[in-house]
Amino acid sequence: MPWVLRGLRDGIVTSGYPRRADGYGIGFRGAVRVLDPEPARTSGLPELCPTGAILVEPAEAPTVRIDRGRCILCGRCVGTRPDLFAFDPLVEVATSSRRALVVPETPEDDDEVLRIRVQLARRVRALRRSVHIRHVDAGSDGAEEAEIAALTGPIYDLERLGMFFTATPRHADVLVVTGTGTTGMADELRRTFEAMPDPKVVIACGTDATSGGLVGPSYSAGGGIWELVPVDVFVPGSPPSPFSLLHGLLLAVGLLPAARRSR
Amino acid sequence: MSAPQPVLRTTPGELAESVAAGIRQGGRLAALVASGRDNGSHVLRAILATAGRLAVIESSLSPGVEVYPAVTALVPGATWYEREIHDLFGLVPRGHGRLDPLVLPLADGAARPRPGASGAPGAVDLAVAGLPGHVTGEGVFTIPYGPVRSGVFESVQYLVETVGEEIPHLRTRVYHKHRGIERRFQELGMDDAVLLAERVEGTASVAHALAFCQALEALAEVTVPRRAALVRVAHAELERIVTHLDSVIRHTEGAGQAVANARLSVHKERLLRLRARLCGHRFGRGVVVIGGVSGPPLIAPSEAVGVTTTLERALRADLDALMSTPSFLDRLRGTGVLPAEVAGADGAVGPVARGSGIDTDVRAERPYAAYQELGFVARIGSSDGDALERQRVRLDEIATSFELVRHALGTLDDRDGPWSAEAVLGAGTVVTSVEAPQGELLYLVESNGTALVRVKPRTASFQNLSLLSEAFRGDIFTDFVFIEASFGVSIAGVSL
Repeated sequence: MPWVLRGLRDGIVTSGYPRRADGYGIGFRGAVRVLDPEPARTSGLPELCPTGAILVEPAEAPTVRIDRGRCILCGRCVGTRPDLFAFDPLVEVATSSRRALVVPETPEDDDEVLRIRVQLARRVRALRRSVHIRHVDAGSDGAEEAEIAALTGPIYDLERLGMFFTATPRHADVLVVTGTGTTGMADELRRTFEAMPDPKVVIACGTDATSGGLVGPSYSAGGGIWELVPVDVFVPGSPPSPFSLLHGLLLAVGLLPAARRSR
Repeated sequence: MSAPQPVLRTTPGELAESVAAGIRQGGRLAALVASGRDNGSHVLRAILATAGRLAVIESSLSPGVEVYPAVTALVPGATWYEREIHDLFGLVPRGHGRLDPLVLPLADGAARPRPGASGAPGAVDLAVAGLPGHVTGEGVFTIPYGPVRSGVFESVQYLVETVGEEIPHLRTRVYHKHRGIERRFQELGMDDAVLLAERVEGTASVAHALAFCQALEALAEVTVPRRAALVRVAHAELERIVTHLDSVIRHTEGAGQAVANARLSVHKERLLRLRARLCGHRFGRGVVVIGGVSGPPLIAPSEAVGVTTTLERALRADLDALMSTPSFLDRLRGTGVLPAEVAGADGAVGPVARGSGIDTDVRAERPYAAYQELGFVARIGSSDGDALERQRVRLDEIATSFELVRHALGTLDDRDGPWSAEAVLGAGTVVTSVEAPQGELLYLVESNGTALVRVKPRTASFQNLSLLSEAFRGDIFTDFVFIEASFGVSIAGVSL
């Protein structure tokens, strides 16, 4: 009985996302943005980044881009060259195309993103009202699991969106994978993927799962789980915030409101 | 900072006896670490912890020598260390008894990663088919639990050997997540290596960065500014509160305490948001840098103190209610007993040790950062050693940690001054320790002055997971979730 009353104490704490933007995004370091893609001086920029996320190409007309799929949000570029880079209070960083993680995007990227999104939407049309999720850890540092677990709490509350974690791959529609894709998990990951019925969607959760991050590739860690299973949605971050994960899940099953479908 | 340790040199033949002698004199085997050299030789280092300091016993194996007398033969607590050394270096401790693969199962004769040697090891093929795993006997069978489990867990496999419901024996397989972290450290400059340290165990990012930076600071002989030390304490203790709370949340989930589970999850999320407001990262990454911290807190310390007080009051009310809910306590009482003599002899650390009445806490034994100034006193539990006592220890520590956070932030002064001291990479070998949320975390760092030669994190998770099977004495399947949660192990830190 005391717990019943206790449970009512704080009223509703659940976020209104994705119907409404959530105030928590404000001030949160969700991504790095390029302020000036064509600066006068570009020497030394790629070396600035510990994971090689700063791209300066092509040689004849150098443009500075950030590969969010490699970025671990350490902020070294922001601290060293505040004229070129800034933290962006952006939590909606998931994309359905690996190339679109490189920002600023090129017009060709936009076309590709659109094409992939249409294909994905066709595939997941049947899933929208009830989505079952399976998680596999393929060599994470453990923080991604903490953020995924937060999704089941009252604040993010996945179940209000018709999404549930399931105890077996046979019931799963969405495979959420964390970690670089280690040698020791390669077979287990493939077998989980194969055990899932079609249609199915794979989400690479975090920078490690997208590109190997700071850890992979190594003698036993991969350079991202796309080496092992086909990936439909990438959610960068080290680890990605729960809102970024929600964004990725909604993007994966075509449940994102039109206004939030910028990417 | 802390001076490099006294080093006792001995021959491989006398290593085991030297370690055993150190333990007879009141020491505890805190780690056994090997390093590879390019000429094919190896260095073995045993790290002994006594109340006030760490000591190193060092021994060299000449090129081509791959067999040495096992330390395990005299000191059972070395079992997992020598299995790890066998996996990573191919060295054979003679007389070990059970040299099954642990962190990286490779075929006999396969090339080993040999951390400490230069070059890039090629991709490995795991030889998992031949792993021992099945018991035989009438009515006895093995249930493989993991590595992929229902729910959101890190990958680990428990082989539960059972006759039905009781769990008389448990084997743990931890190689699935092996990422090659130790070799990766050698490829990075010291600033990038700090970022890697933060990713060894994601839920103990601050502790890892702290232990690693303390090692580099000791080699560079720099002193961290006082206010940087205070900020380090504040972030380390917030990390401890969140990690301990996560352990409690897993208990409530297992016991089906839905309301408690939901409310504690909300408190945890609010704590993560406070951490993000303080430094821009929910797990405190980027705070600790070599020589100090990256900068002042992003919000006024007085505001952070206020938020902390409000959060603690709300959390305390729910935790008090939980600890007077009989249907919850009944699941924990007498579950997963780790006897004090086992915890003591085999070197349990952190809340697992303190829950068995073992008096060990790095913050008190070998104070670092600002713990001495803040008057830290360790809280030791009774010798019950069950899941309930480990839970009580964690709840006590949450209260202590809140005090430390407020005290540290409240003591920060506004006077100008640096937040970090300049440091260059020094040369030498040093071992440092901090109390991570999971327990004693050691870093052995060896540098030649231009590059990191060997970096070995020895996590509390590794040390405590090796004792997990000791806590199953007459417990049954439905107790598993509590025993696992009460050990609070991060698998990422077990097989690096």
